[in-house]
Amino acid sequence: MNALTQYIDLYKQHGELVDLNSAEVINGRRGDALRTLEKTVLPPKGSENYETTDLNDILAPDYGLNIARVPIDVNPSASFHCGVPTLSSSLFLLVNDIYAASDRAHEGLPEGVYVGSLRKFAQDYPDFAHKYYGQIADMNNPIVALDSLLVQDGIAIWVKKGVKVEKPLQIVNILQNGTPLMAVRRVLVIVEEDAEVKILSCDHTQNPDVDFLALCTTEISVGRNAVVDYYDLEESTEKTSRLSALYLHQGEGSNVMIDGITLYNGTTRNEYHTRFNGRHASLKLFGMGIEDRSRHLDTYSKIVHATPDCTTDELFKYVVDDSAIGAFAGLILVDPGAEKTEAYQSNRNIVATDTARMFSKPQLEIYNDDVKCSHGTATGQLDEMQVFYMRTRGIPEATAKLLLKQAFMADVIDGVRLDGLKDRLHMLVERRFAGADPSCASCRTGCQPTR
Amino acid sequence: MLKVKNLHAQINGKEILKGINLEVNPGEVHAIMGPNGSGKSTLSMVLAGNPAYEVTGGEAEFVGKDLLAMPPEIRSHEGVFLGFQYPVEIPGVSMVNFMRAAVNAKREYFGQPPMSATEFLKMMREKRAIVELDNKLASRSVNEGFSGGEKKRNEIFQMAVLEPKLSILDETDSGLDIDALRIVAEGVNKLKTENNATIVITHYQRLLDYIKPDFVHILYKGRIVMTGGPELALELEERGYDWIKQQVDNEENH
Repeated sequence: MNALTQYIDLYKQHGELVDLNSAEVINGRRGDALRTLEKTVLPPKGSENYETTDLNDILAPDYGLNIARVPIDVNPSASFHCGVPTLSSSLFLLVNDIYAASDRAHEGLPEGVYVGSLRKFAQDYPDFAHKYYGQIADMNNPIVALDSLLVQDGIAIWVKKGVKVEKPLQIVNILQNGTPLMAVRRVLVIVEEDAEVKILSCDHTQNPDVDFLALCTTEISVGRNAVVDYYDLEESTEKTSRLSALYLHQGEGSNVMIDGITLYNGTTRNEYHTRFNGRHASLKLFGMGIEDRSRHLDTYSKIVHATPDCTTDELFKYVVDDSAIGAFAGLILVDPGAEKTEAYQSNRNIVATDTARMFSKPQLEIYNDDVKCSHGTATGQLDEMQVFYMRTRGIPEATAKLLLKQAFMADVIDGVRLDGLKDRLHMLVERRFAGADPSCASCRTGCQPTR
Repeated sequence: MLKVKNLHAQINGKEILKGINLEVNPGEVHAIMGPNGSGKSTLSMVLAGNPAYEVTGGEAEFVGKDLLAMPPEIRSHEGVFLGFQYPVEIPGVSMVNFMRAAVNAKREYFGQPPMSATEFLKMMREKRAIVELDNKLASRSVNEGFSGGEKKRNEIFQMAVLEPKLSILDETDSGLDIDALRIVAEGVNKLKTENNATIVITHYQRLLDYIKPDFVHILYKGRIVMTGGPELALELEERGYDWIKQQVDNEENH
């Protein structure tokens, strides 16, 4: 079985329509993507770095794609309230994969910042877009190739040299449809030298009974001495699959935080591919997954230290419950010339039941002697003595376990450099472990009574 | 208050308690002493309900109720408190949240509404004073980075907050210098009333200079082999445990 065939056929039949509703720069990469996909054999489940994820399975269903860009009859900014509403931020919406400006989108944005539709960005600044679009992401990655073949729009963020964006930018990606749908988006983030920006991207699914596939490729280019935070929060449903590949290139002296937070999901594969291209740059790559029922979260990261004097701090934590599956595979690669590298990788997990499963594969490859590196993984259960100690103080067993799970995630949450989000996350994680329903807590569409 | 009859318990298939009999009444202080490995800590764990230990025989009644049938949290609500020999560190859970959860769980058990924030903080302040516990420890994670003395004072602080009927203090004196020992002991004495009772488990007589027991029991090989008044502790201090071991071992051989 090759699940890619249907997408290749779709493009061959409707390529003109795809192109028509996009931009030239984006269309310019489709030929490459098609040729790559025609040669691609998807990695079978169990192969290297795909130990738990079956791309064929995820891509096999016959999802609808809105390539004709039929407008969706919703007013998302009126009905949708994100789980992180207290954040004073500029809000931008992507409904399925169509850009929809919100009411308060550009309020308070300084000069020198572009945030908006990728399609429009590529139309308005074709030369500039051409310089960055598709330049960082690796077309040999089937997620990237498929995204490049079918993507028509997404988000572009461009922060010009020296511009410091004080209000965080919040991108809300909403999946909403009555029938199965695949949404293909692309995110292009260009932060020029000495610029600063904090971005929060939230994925939400509105219809819990509908199958969705979210396909996303993100390219982040960070200039010299720039500071970038990118928080990627998923609060979707059990029927949502997500394939995400994030590519980051960091210039000299830059400081980047990438944080992948999975509170609710169905089947998710998140990839992080990062590379240092200049000296004295630092990266924090953090993430957490709270997985229960039969949810599945697979994280893959590859961090390349190509230049000397750079620092990586990588931390991923999972709590896996019921019959959920968690997977983490992380590689830090230190090139021969990357002296004085400091790189630390840690993956720690709690497996709460006999039927939940966690796969962990930490990897360090070091090709020079002058480095400080460490990696470690630990997977275990809740500490019984801690639970007992709390119970002797009258704290019921369920509450004790809840507090311990929250506590387990504390260092990931405390790593967040966006105060509004940090406080909100403590609350969201607490509510998550207490078993609250995801989007219903934050959305006011009133759909819940009918469920 | 507490009536323990012929209590047997094991852990990992190994029988540790081999028929404990013990009766504690309101207002009394009991000391349980004994050589290492005699089952002192096991007794405290079993009375507090540690699920790692299996009760294989006997019974325990607390304020007229079947103690062994209650989960640890209900024992706590009913008035049993265990001061741990090794207080457990819980990184990421602040002392404040921990105590609030404990206090409100107990209030819920008795059908009372949760305590207001002001009321709660006022109570914490008052109770902290009893054991001279530093305010800054309140914002830290439970027992994390506490010194040995701070951990033990923290145990007595929790005891003060929960106002138990029966406190079991397991080697509260271990690892304490003389000043910390005095503070801890004074805390225990301040909390003593004619309605509550204390079981002090200790290896040495030293603590009993500060907390005066009414009864001293000697635990050896999972049984209370001797019971006396405070003078028994002094005798042990002087003669050690060997004469008791010999006496018991001789009886076993005959």
